[in-house]
Amino acid sequence: MVDSVFVGLSIITVGSAILSLESRELLYGGIALAISMLGIAGYFIILDAPFVAMFQIAVYVGAVAVLIIFTVMLVRAPNTVTKKETKKRKIAGILIGLAFLGLASSVLGSSTATQLKFNDTAPVFDVKAIGKELLTYYSPVLIALALTLAGAVIGAMALARREDIEEKNESTN
Amino acid sequence: MNQPTDFLYIAVILVSIGIYGLVVKRNALRLIFSIELIANAVNLALIAFSRMLPSPQGQIFVLFSIAISAAEVAVGLGIIIIAYRFYKDIDITEFRNLKN
Repeated sequence: MVDSVFVGLSIITVGSAILSLESRELLYGGIALAISMLGIAGYFIILDAPFVAMFQIAVYVGAVAVLIIFTVMLVRAPNTVTKKETKKRKIAGILIGLAFLGLASSVLGSSTATQLKFNDTAPVFDVKAIGKELLTYYSPVLIALALTLAGAVIGAMALARREDIEEKNESTN
Repeated sequence: MNQPTDFLYIAVILVSIGIYGLVVKRNALRLIFSIELIANAVNLALIAFSRMLPSPQGQIFVLFSIAISAAEVAVGLGIIIIAYRFYKDIDITEFRNLKN
């Protein structure tokens, strides 16, 4: 049995995930993606992981969704529904998605994973336990991750730089 | 009370929506939306197993995964902006040649 909070979160998450791909306006798609991320954060809260939920809201809704919305405003695509998305391709995509859904659901339904239960007496991990693991056993991973993130952001800035403006400034000097 | 499989079913549904988007959509930003949906489904499955075991390591992996996908989105959007500057369009079927 599932409770009503779970059902509500599922409707919000799956509904806005579909809306983010199918909305006519790309900007509304970005906002729907942010709402879907908020639904995932809600799942994290009912799974007793409030720190990860906070991180998810800060990174996805706060950074990634805003970045995507800025990009949508910058590129200003002339037509969001292109001629390349033919009806045949759409039907094939829906069939592939449904085939994967049926396959994975039947595997999941017939496996022993259905007998797994949540342990209600288990202690909830607070930020302290996570921080201890991050700074002791996983500290090399944390450093590598920090370097990766810095490299990716610097690379993105170098990619999006406009070279023509720079040349114009140099010629005037 | 919820069981771990309920969350796994939601993760499977999100992954299949993402696969549908990757197959059908030809707008580069929609492809990034699909990739984000798949990454989030994986995070949900990891947190569900972390609550079931119970072990804090699943939550730590999800923290790493969220940071990695933030980096990936930053690079992806940079590539989309530079492709838009070359082709005046973000339809990936228009991106025929990588060299300009």
